[in-house]
Amino acid sequence: MGALEKAFYSPVGRKVAAKAGLAEPPRLRRGREFPRGPIVLAPLGPSTLVEETLALVGRAFDAPVVDAGEDAPGYGDRIGALIVDATDVAAVAELEGLRAVLRPAVRGVERAGRIVVMARPGGVGGGWEADAVARALDGINRTVAKELRGGATSTLIYAHEGVTPADLVSTLGFVLQGRSAFVDGQAWHVRPAATPEAPLAERPLEGKVCVVTGAARGIGAAIARTLARDGAVIVAVDIPMAGEGLAAVANEIGGTALQLDITADDAGARIAAHVAARGERIHAMVHNAGITRDKMLVNTDAGRWGSVVDVNLAAQMRINAVLLDPATEGGLADDGRIIGVASTSGLAGNKGQTNYAASKAGVAGLVIAMAPDLAERGITVNAVAPGFIETDMTAKIPFVQREVFRRSNSLSQGGSPVDVAETIGYLVDPASQGVTGQVVRVCGQNLVGA
Amino acid sequence: MHHKVVVVGGNRIPFAKAGGPYAQASNHDMLTAALDGLVARTGLSGSRVGEVAGGAVLKHPNDFNLTREAVLSSALSPLTPACDLQQACATGLETTMYIANKIALGQLDSGIAAGVDSASDAPITVSDPLRRILLEASRARSAKQRIAAFAKIRPSHLAPLAPRVAEPRTGLSMGEHQALTTTRWGITREAQDELAAASHHRLAEAWDRGFFDDLVTPYLRVAKDALLRPDTSVERLAALKPAFGGPDGTMTAGNSTALSDGAAATLLATEEWAAEHHLTPWARIVDAEVAAVDHPAGEDLLLAPVGATGRLLARQGLTVDDIDLFEIHEAFASTVLATLEAWQDEDYCRDLGLDGAIGTLDRARLNVAGSSLAVGHPFAATGARIVPTLAKLLHERGPGSRGLISVCAAGGQGVVAILEAV
Repeated sequence: MGALEKAFYSPVGRKVAAKAGLAEPPRLRRGREFPRGPIVLAPLGPSTLVEETLALVGRAFDAPVVDAGEDAPGYGDRIGALIVDATDVAAVAELEGLRAVLRPAVRGVERAGRIVVMARPGGVGGGWEADAVARALDGINRTVAKELRGGATSTLIYAHEGVTPADLVSTLGFVLQGRSAFVDGQAWHVRPAATPEAPLAERPLEGKVCVVTGAARGIGAAIARTLARDGAVIVAVDIPMAGEGLAAVANEIGGTALQLDITADDAGARIAAHVAARGERIHAMVHNAGITRDKMLVNTDAGRWGSVVDVNLAAQMRINAVLLDPATEGGLADDGRIIGVASTSGLAGNKGQTNYAASKAGVAGLVIAMAPDLAERGITVNAVAPGFIETDMTAKIPFVQREVFRRSNSLSQGGSPVDVAETIGYLVDPASQGVTGQVVRVCGQNLVGA
Repeated sequence: MHHKVVVVGGNRIPFAKAGGPYAQASNHDMLTAALDGLVARTGLSGSRVGEVAGGAVLKHPNDFNLTREAVLSSALSPLTPACDLQQACATGLETTMYIANKIALGQLDSGIAAGVDSASDAPITVSDPLRRILLEASRARSAKQRIAAFAKIRPSHLAPLAPRVAEPRTGLSMGEHQALTTTRWGITREAQDELAAASHHRLAEAWDRGFFDDLVTPYLRVAKDALLRPDTSVERLAALKPAFGGPDGTMTAGNSTALSDGAAATLLATEEWAAEHHLTPWARIVDAEVAAVDHPAGEDLLLAPVGATGRLLARQGLTVDDIDLFEIHEAFASTVLATLEAWQDEDYCRDLGLDGAIGTLDRARLNVAGSSLAVGHPFAATGARIVPTLAKLLHERGPGSRGLISVCAAGGQGVVAILEAV
């Protein structure tokens, strides 16, 4: 920690910073904790979809305060969350119903509370107005996320026609719980998937084999720990050079360490052989390993270009090809999961990271392309896109620049590796069968790429 | 053997030159790291393994329970018992046989054999007179008696003692003994340098093909064997000055093993236990033999394994041609070369009580993934390095492939074992 950073975090420094508008960032709620205050459900029509889903989540709910013209209506005590069932909203005029329940809630929601809107997606033949409304909801969600304070977040779930409460339970559980702490202002889709009806699980991955690359430290280690907490048997993969940290992670969570270079030709085969030796198939393949070789494009040679694109994108395509071959012993199981790790830098572009942006945007493109082709086998393919996450890697960014980066989002702080891990845990949950081809940003609604 | 004993995995930390990257690491630290890497690779975190046998040649007095303490520091279940063994440079092979024999007899279903040594952190002790005076002072019942005891201390008593490197009965160091053997068997400088260069090249090749990805776990930021010189050559080695055998000696720092730090461990089990734990057996332990020579009477200190090899092959009804791969510990290049000469010497072998010469070895089958000259030789760790290395090499060749391990040791002793791929 440099002198400037020490001064900034000293008691005096904190006071000065607070006066300058750099207040202490809000503390986020994490883990499987639900909001403390009551959950309020606001159906904007006859739909009982969210009500039935909440029953599976195992939470009771209160009726909403509706702004009907009186001055500044509000909740007495703070509420934990407002969930709006907007699946019947298809006309512009009906957006007023949203305003009327959101207005009291935005002020009344507790610290690290939740606003959740469930709605129908556009582009599915509902007509021009319905599509406009679907997109309008996205604008509302992004704005509410920016206006909320104290670490509260807002999320929009596009529930496709035909989804059941069973298809939605893992999503609603994730969004309400602290697991989604750093997911803010995001919208993603849930499609009908005939998910067997079951309550929200505490350990949804019990006994399932999950392979995590880049697991020796940082985000990868957090993914391994989080999936293990959820019951998974972890195969922790990293380059041989990182073996010491890898062994420590594997031993901590009772998994196995597999030292291998993911760019090797036989990487996929070796992963499969490791799993096959245990008489299993893979439930989830999490492609987390990644490298940076940052330089402005004018200084980026073929070597810097090639290594980043190969490690971050091409390697996982080669591994997927092996694991997706049904003939591969120890390959990916039907109803399995593939996770890519993109990046807000990739989605928005970032100076000095052409190679990295190419690889990370490529990951987003890849999962969107793979999802429909693997739907028949029940395999879902999704990506997370981390924003500024506090890791050893980002700790090396000079202090002032780092402080700017970490505050450049709606939650005024960097995310924790566990936030990325929890989002992946949600996506690989067997109950998340209806979530595929999605890129979920874990960025606190970063100003870029969000 | 009643139960089939299989090698199902191994792990070591990269070996390094004494006083190098592990200078601040103790035997306890390194052995724990080797165990933890093995536990991580095999998914045994929190599990109770039948027994762990380990040891070190250079051992501090407070390490009386070195292996058990390392187990308690490791990710293994604290219910895993452990013991220390010591058989000089053959310790790691002797711990392997100790565990293997217990498994064969049905006393264990699994066990870890290990070895560790730090030449950097060698125990330094006080002189015998000083030790006696200090003990006398501690037994004293009055201040007067205590002062009387301390009054006997002389300046000469205060010099600390490093562990002796010489054989107690001959006063010769191991290198000096081997220099005699080198001359006696007419081993040339060129042959020694060629063997040393081949060891480095073969080890480098094995690293390059990822062979050690599941045999080694990095430690203290060292990811590869630190003594390895992939670009060494016979020409470069030829430029080195003699280290043993006087000015005309042929043994140099390049064709003798360096003092090293490191630790190694190998997991042994019954086939049933391996299957229950989803581990692939690489090779079974077939048999082993220990032998000694009368070096105080002038015999070659480091050629004891020759007799063991002959007896072991005879007992198993095997010849050199029945063995696919040989691992002869490279204490010195000339030890290996003299061993091979002795194998094909009819008279020498008959004098050992064998029926005749053991045979001639095609060098392409010898130390194919490098050995101690390139890897390094932390004394007690070497056997536990060789066992899983050979087991994996045999497994790669396919079921039925056989390998022989020959390790020489101080005191004129040697341990030899045969493995067979399953």
